[in-house]
Amino acid sequence: MKPAVNNTENNLNKYSFNIEGGNFNDAGTVSTRIKSILKQKGLPNDVVRRSAIVCYEAEINIVSYARKGTVNLTVTTEAIEIEVIDEGPGIPDIKQAMEQGYSTANQQIREMGFGAGMGLYNINTYSDRFDISSEVNKGTSLKMIIKTSQLTKDT
Amino acid sequence: MKNNVTGGYTGDLLSDVMANSHEGDIWITRQVHQNIVAIATLKEHAGIILVNSCEPAKDTLERAIQENVPILICTLPAFELTGKIYNLLSAAK
Repeated sequence: MKPAVNNTENNLNKYSFNIEGGNFNDAGTVSTRIKSILKQKGLPNDVVRRSAIVCYEAEINIVSYARKGTVNLTVTTEAIEIEVIDEGPGIPDIKQAMEQGYSTANQQIREMGFGAGMGLYNINTYSDRFDISSEVNKGTSLKMIIKTSQLTKDT
Repeated sequence: MKNNVTGGYTGDLLSDVMANSHEGDIWITRQVHQNIVAIATLKEHAGIILVNSCEPAKDTLERAIQENVPILICTLPAFELTGKIYNLLSAAK
């Protein structure tokens, strides 16, 4: 069986992970790995915590909606950059999707406790900068920046 | 279960638990599928308590053993269990 997570760690500060859509069994694996990398680098707890939250939400979105996706993590002295690119249905109305409580999740996803319409909202709340672009029937790209300096957003 | 419980969080919406619970919390839920272990691992919870005598799914238990996440089962509903644990934690402070 093909592993759901292909971990290519290019160099010390750039990492790339693949996520398979629909595979709820491995959901959270990439976020756990990223959290562990950031902890090992000795980053502040708040930075690690916020990175884990935004990464988890993005990972769950891929598993819930997309065919597949990639998470690229870049760590610099100033910030954590998490780029998440998926191949999937895309989002027709991004403004609506960003609203807390709005979700297109099916019943099965909701019964598991996902699809509460909090994912993109949480990503926006816990990132210092959040960019999203999407094309219907192609996919969605997210870019989250979490600053590692003291001047982090008060959450 | 040897983990130190420093707080608690009650919830079945995984995004809510992800955003608002803390390291060292005991997580009270009635979700039984294996993603609860992923959340508890990621958030470094002290453990999970399933309410209303809910049993964890087989793969949830396997994952919990693998990740060293204690899962307890309680007969009480979430409201009562949360109250009891809240009182215990408050008294211990």
